[in-house]
Amino acid sequence: MNSFEYASPTDLETAIGLLGARFGETEILAGGTDLVTSLKQGIVSPKRVVSLKGIENLKGIEAGADAVQIGAMTPLVDLLENASVRKSFPSITAAIEGIGSPQIIAMGTVGGDLCQRPRCWYYRQGFGLLGQLDGESLIPQGDNRYHAIFGNSGPAYFVSASSLGPPLIALGATLEITGAKGKTRKVAAAEFFRTPKSADERENVLAANEVLTRISIPARGLANATYEVRQREGLDWPLVTASVAFSRKAGAGRASVVLGHVAPTPWNVPEAAALLDGKSANEELAARVAEAAVHSARPLSKNAYKVRLVKTAVKRAILAAAEQREG
Amino acid sequence: MTSILWPAKEQLKLIGKRIDRVDGPAKSSGAAKYSLDINRPGLLYGKILGASIAAGTLKSLDTKAAEALAGVRAVHVMTEPGRPINWAGQEIVALAADTEEIATEALRLIKAEYERSPPQMDDADPQKVEGKPRTRTEGNPAEGFAQAAASVSGRYGVATITHCCLEPHGQVSEFRDGELHVWPSTQAVSGYANQLVKPAGLESNKIHIDCQYMGGGFGSKFGPDAWGAVCVELAKKAGKAVKLLLDRDLELMIAGNRPSAFADIKVGADKEGRVTAWESKVWGSSGVGNYGAPPLPYVFAFPNQNTESQGIRTNRGAVKAWRAPGHPQGCAITMAALEDLAAKLGMDPLEFFLKNLQFAPEALRETYREELMVAADLIDYKSKAHPRGDKTKGPIKRGLGISLHTWGGAGHASACDVTINPDGSVVASMGTQDLGVGTRTCLGIVVAETLGLPLEAVQVNIGKNAYPTSGGSGGSTTIGGISSSSRRAAVAALDELLKRVATELNISPDELEAADSKIRAKANPQKSMAWKDACKLLGQMAITQQGRHQGGARTELTSSGVGGVQIADVSVDVETGLVKMNEMVAVQDCGLIIDLKLAESQVLGALIMGVTYALFEEAIYDPQTGRMLNADMEFYRLATLSDVGKLRVHMMTGKGYDERGVIGLGEPPVISPGAAISNAVANAIGVRVSSIPLTPDRVIEALEKGGVRT
Repeated sequence: MNSFEYASPTDLETAIGLLGARFGETEILAGGTDLVTSLKQGIVSPKRVVSLKGIENLKGIEAGADAVQIGAMTPLVDLLENASVRKSFPSITAAIEGIGSPQIIAMGTVGGDLCQRPRCWYYRQGFGLLGQLDGESLIPQGDNRYHAIFGNSGPAYFVSASSLGPPLIALGATLEITGAKGKTRKVAAAEFFRTPKSADERENVLAANEVLTRISIPARGLANATYEVRQREGLDWPLVTASVAFSRKAGAGRASVVLGHVAPTPWNVPEAAALLDGKSANEELAARVAEAAVHSARPLSKNAYKVRLVKTAVKRAILAAAEQREG
Repeated sequence: MTSILWPAKEQLKLIGKRIDRVDGPAKSSGAAKYSLDINRPGLLYGKILGASIAAGTLKSLDTKAAEALAGVRAVHVMTEPGRPINWAGQEIVALAADTEEIATEALRLIKAEYERSPPQMDDADPQKVEGKPRTRTEGNPAEGFAQAAASVSGRYGVATITHCCLEPHGQVSEFRDGELHVWPSTQAVSGYANQLVKPAGLESNKIHIDCQYMGGGFGSKFGPDAWGAVCVELAKKAGKAVKLLLDRDLELMIAGNRPSAFADIKVGADKEGRVTAWESKVWGSSGVGNYGAPPLPYVFAFPNQNTESQGIRTNRGAVKAWRAPGHPQGCAITMAALEDLAAKLGMDPLEFFLKNLQFAPEALRETYREELMVAADLIDYKSKAHPRGDKTKGPIKRGLGISLHTWGGAGHASACDVTINPDGSVVASMGTQDLGVGTRTCLGIVVAETLGLPLEAVQVNIGKNAYPTSGGSGGSTTIGGISSSSRRAAVAALDELLKRVATELNISPDELEAADSKIRAKANPQKSMAWKDACKLLGQMAITQQGRHQGGARTELTSSGVGGVQIADVSVDVETGLVKMNEMVAVQDCGLIIDLKLAESQVLGALIMGVTYALFEEAIYDPQTGRMLNADMEFYRLATLSDVGKLRVHMMTGKGYDERGVIGLGEPPVISPGAAISNAVANAIGVRVSSIPLTPDRVIEALEKGGVRT
């Protein structure tokens, strides 16, 4: 890796002050499970790395009556082992378990999971975020077996690598972002991710000098579950995931189905979720929702198999959630 | 004279028992030093810049900025401007610096400009074959197919994989007092220095090799290769020791791979299930080199054959021998086609394979028959077997798959010195290497057994070229070579000692034997002398004798030609395409076993490697840039322990096996897993997944065409 300046401030304001106004100049270090390898491989070469590890009040989980508040620097393992999260949000717990690596679960943070960069192998090979050579994307004609089947009309074809994005969106979570001069804004988890239009943009709405500080999950008593299809039992990236949340109260309108690892962002399929509203989930309904979830899928040359995987994940997530509610 | 032959089974104290490897504690505690652990005073760190294109020319090269970076001590150009680039990662420049970080930063300062040509990466398309096909016809295939009651035609494939040694290739090199010291990771200690004469600028006798521990080679670590040679160049230029081990990406890109194989097979059988004709057309790629086609049909010499093979040139890194070269591919293709035929005939595969043993090599027919029975028994075949396509409701389908394999495994040429010291201590020295399989332990066992001593009494010296020359560890040749030469050396040294003891006890040396740490009269065990007392008779001078094994398919102590059978039990989720290993049974013969525990471990390791290439491993190359897209351990997946299922090993020993002498075991058990697992998946889901690895995308593609439903 190239030499860089390392800063480890103990308060948020200083940290934000140390961040550059443009992407590329500075990088934020949380757990480091993604950033350190990116630095080593020269995927990013910042002049300064700003660590958030020394900022105490960015860590911790508070379970209130209306919501659970999670500091962005909370290690994934703390969230995994939190009893009230496990009870109310099994979709979150399952998503973390799916990471499969005790090391990443121990070192990685909640904010880091949401902000990690794509695993697209063209990006990791140094062809930029959009995997381009001479201005042309390598992905449509290349090996795209792990790429997007939704939202892939270009120029982005990668898939969002976040494990927590889909369940947080499904649960209606809100993210808190702090920028220069302590200016704070809140965005819905569903609005946090975005598909970049150029290689200079990022995969979420954070400005270069903003920090994701807090995640708030409303306590709505929704049935919820995440189902992940991954190849290895041990550490592995999912091929696809599905997170669902729904209430069986008639007209509650809270149902959601959010897919992971299928699009440049977590992929919300409200048209599929609508079928769940106020219904009692069973095998037949789950299969119908699953079918609706892949309606707009447009596989690339080598990833049509992911369509069947999505259907399976959606169906199994719904059935798991339904079972858990009754139990 | 003590008989050179292996003692009778009932006399054996160590050979054939389950004995822990002697270096287990050193390895598990971290005391064992691998090349990467060797640090020398003033050590520099070497790194290599690999080409970023797969085909074209290196137009220009500018290393000035790298050379100017503080801490960079030596730079060596490996590809001159104007030279062709044949694969991504091809070595361009090597450099050595004070730290790894400086070396990495310096690599980024090198300006290499390329003239890019479109690379040829497709190895699966039969239209891309080049050159004249190799063909062979035996009997009358047309007639053979006419006799067939049923025949199947299908396309089968085995993807390119790499060796993915967990310990990467490389070495530490240091010039000291005009001589070169090298700590490499190698499968061939005795041959290594001879390949460094040119870069070292020294004669071979001034080059000292030391490799005590190895973290995997699998056929890819016989010589220093370009990176070993350049490590020496850098040490010479810098005047300091240099450590250069490949980073994981280069390790996967350039340090060796196993050629792919794709085949169109047609095979027919009469209504009894006996194969009457075989037709195969195989192609694949060995990168830019000539294609080494797998043996087809594998194991079975069917009547009426037509075979054809042809290669495809691709811009991939060089192939290297991969554990049982050609056999896993030949096995996966042959056994899959045969299982498809059995399914078409509506015949149980076990019965089908038994029926066709008449086409297996005569010397192995009985072995295979016994092994098939043992394997079927171990996996509870009778109660689990079902016709193709599991009819169980729900998405999880279970199946069994069988495969057979064979290998030579004759011992290589080997020399061993055994020294008996006047204090009773014993040293066995040999320029061999322990790849992690237990060579050090086996050598000690043979010498200790021969001298009637406990294993701890023997000091084993290996891993240096200063010791007597012994062959490289390839082709499963090591155990035969080293056990024969060490047996001969120990017998010769013992005979010297017996002569002294005979004079003392006033008895003929022929009437004496070594057992239980004593020298004693064979006819009257009470008449004895303790080992230590016997050795005192040597005065001040030790006895050293050399034993030699000359090689050859059959000797007094060794032979060759083994058979093995494996059965896999898998579950497949037809809604996700995920294959889960339930159980894998391996039944293997390898003649006389020196250490049963290590032999079983060798097979277990092979099964893990086999499950890995059957389900996960695949070198994925970008069709446009030619870059290896998964040159990492993230998408170049190796099985984790929770992925391999229950593994069971049964070694064939006793009558009919032990008397054959020692035969190699490294290769054979890794041959069958791809075939057995592919057959088990077909048995489960009712349709053949045409290529391995059996990844979800391939399984689902097969299911789209047919097979069982949930």
